[in-house]
Amino acid sequence: MNYSNLFRIAIRALIRNKLRAFLTMLGIIIGVASVIAMLAIGEGSKQKMRGQISSMGTNMVMVMPNFQRRGGVSLGASSSMALKYTDVIALRNEAVDVGAVSPEIRASGQIIYSNKNTQTTIYGVSEEYLSIRKLEVLSGRVFNANETRSMAKVCILGQTVVENLFGKGADPVGLSIRIKNLPFLVIGVLKDKGESGMGQDQDDLILAPYTTVQRRLAAIDYINGIYASALSEEKSPAAIVEVEEILRRTHKLKESTENDFRVMSQSELLKTITSITDIMTYLLGAIAGISLLVGGIGIMNIMFVSVTERTREIGLRMSIGGRGKDIMKQFLAESIILSILGGVMGVVFGYLLARLAGSLMSSQAIVKTQSVVLAFIVCFVIGVFFGWYPARKAANLNPIDALRYE
Amino acid sequence: MNTIIEIRNLRKDYHVGEVTVHALRGIDLKITEGEFVAIMGASGSGKSTMLNILGCLDKPTAGDYLLDGINVSSMEKDAIARLRNQKLGFVFQAYNLLARTTALENVELPLFYNPKVRARDRREAAIRALEAVGLTDRMHHMPNQLSGGQQQRVAIARSLVNDPVLILADEPTGNLDTRTSFEIMELFQNLNEKGRTIVYVTHEPDIAKFATRNVMFRDGKIYRESIVTERLNAKEILETLPVEVIEEFD
Ligand SMILES: Nc1ncnc2c1ncn2[C@@H]1O[C@H](COP(=O)(O)OP(=O)(O)OP(=O)(O)O)[C@@H](O)[C@H]1O
Ligand SMILES: [Mg+2]
Repeated sequence: MNYSNLFRIAIRALIRNKLRAFLTMLGIIIGVASVIAMLAIGEGSKQKMRGQISSMGTNMVMVMPNFQRRGGVSLGASSSMALKYTDVIALRNEAVDVGAVSPEIRASGQIIYSNKNTQTTIYGVSEEYLSIRKLEVLSGRVFNANETRSMAKVCILGQTVVENLFGKGADPVGLSIRIKNLPFLVIGVLKDKGESGMGQDQDDLILAPYTTVQRRLAAIDYINGIYASALSEEKSPAAIVEVEEILRRTHKLKESTENDFRVMSQSELLKTITSITDIMTYLLGAIAGISLLVGGIGIMNIMFVSVTERTREIGLRMSIGGRGKDIMKQFLAESIILSILGGVMGVVFGYLLARLAGSLMSSQAIVKTQSVVLAFIVCFVIGVFFGWYPARKAANLNPIDALRYE
Repeated sequence: MNTIIEIRNLRKDYHVGEVTVHALRGIDLKITEGEFVAIMGASGSGKSTMLNILGCLDKPTAGDYLLDGINVSSMEKDAIARLRNQKLGFVFQAYNLLARTTALENVELPLFYNPKVRARDRREAAIRALEAVGLTDRMHHMPNQLSGGQQQRVAIARSLVNDPVLILADEPTGNLDTRTSFEIMELFQNLNEKGRTIVYVTHEPDIAKFATRNVMFRDGKIYRESIVTERLNAKEILETLPVEVIEEFD
């Protein structure tokens, strides 16, 4: 029998039993769709988190004062003052795995422009801060060394601040605003960065020279943190060690004393988050796997029932001259048609499901080729095997036994 | 005249658990081309077993079966399938049509398994077979839209479609009333007159009288063979039956 005959017979047999064919396909559709949707959601949220974290710079190293409490007793205010500008200088001079270093001093207060006002955090930093945190200037410029030395009242605004004070898309460079009642000249505006992985607005900030913020706004002699960048993402573990060594030395800590600061790197954070989202993806995948299994069992069931029901048809086909291989080929063709049709519909359905879930979770759902291939292959194998195997059994019977089958 | 069927000392045993049923205990039979043979006998005497073996649907336990000069016992499965397809036509008591499949498609079915028939000739051949059984007006009906007699005629058309040397029918009229039975017999007599060899099983002595020869089975053996002397003509009998009955089954 040639192949066009074969597929014609198979398609006719399927059309004769539309409902049965559809039910078989339904198992495949649900199985494939759920695997694809689940894995796409997992992959999507993983990539979203990764993307947001890397947008903050994967080679960033942060130093914070150690706020740890011991035995329920706070180590006191002094611990939050552990970092000094001299630490920044020490890191700049000594650390070889570290590129740029910037202090960070935070002050918050009311910002006023004409009749509008807003509340935000003013970050006192050095010029390097922008490259470390991957901030870019949209218009205007960054403050220079002169302005830093002279504690100049200049500032760079984040987009949220611009929006709150001047309206969306405005360019306030050259205008003067009041920060905590001091007049500041706006010399630049930052490009917008959107929300962070943790959902905080990264555009709600003002940058100013650290000297200005330290003296004029915060009136403190310590700094709140240090931001540095390792020379590369790979070097960031080494950079952490180096930073720790240098700071322990400059802080004159004894062997037995704990650090009065904490060093963290973005790449470590990334690893942690990646492993968490990986676990989530595997979990979702496992759930999807179960539904694939259930779908597979459904396929088996229908195939078995249909073959039993069709043993008599097989007997009849043999009695009018169908060879064992013709029968098996027909059932194989039917199974392949069902599996492929169901698989394709499952992929489409799964993709739509993933899109829907993605838009509900405001994250992108990413359909990976591997998950499509995996789901497809599993269903294909189940569908084909359980369509073909019982048919093979029936085709090996004497025609009369198949005809008499009950 | 050619010998179509020659069987020698044919035996068939069934094993059911510990028990062995000797369904056929040594049959010798010769059927020549153009014969019209009715196999008779009590229930359980082995008629169906015999016919299934003749139709190559089942294999004998022992003995030789020569069909159209070929020894079937030594043939491979696929070759036997080809034999069933091209040399044999089988008609069942229960019609065995594919459900949800039109009469035409049912008749077409054996042609799909016949590599000698080209795709474009298939339909035409099926229509010709349906013409031969007088069912052209029911071509596109499903089996459940046909009467029993019509279904059996579709089945006969299906058995004819590959132009076989032999038609085998196991109680073809078993599920039909008298009049429809006669109609089927008329069809068989027509086919036989055109030279087709036919072997059928029946319980009813009346129905056996349409044949040219009767073979009586008893306990798995041939008990008596006889040439039918007062052969009935189905067409003539149908003409004598009351008209209203004709309409009822038309
Ligand atoms: N598949 C089988 N397994 C076991 N025994 C069988 C089988 N088929 C038939 N037999 C036995 O073989 C014997 C002959 O059966 P067969 O069907 O040939 O009878 P028959 O003459 O056609 O009867 P009927 O007129 O009732 O159709 C019976 O005793 C029956 O029980
Ligand atoms: Mg019988």
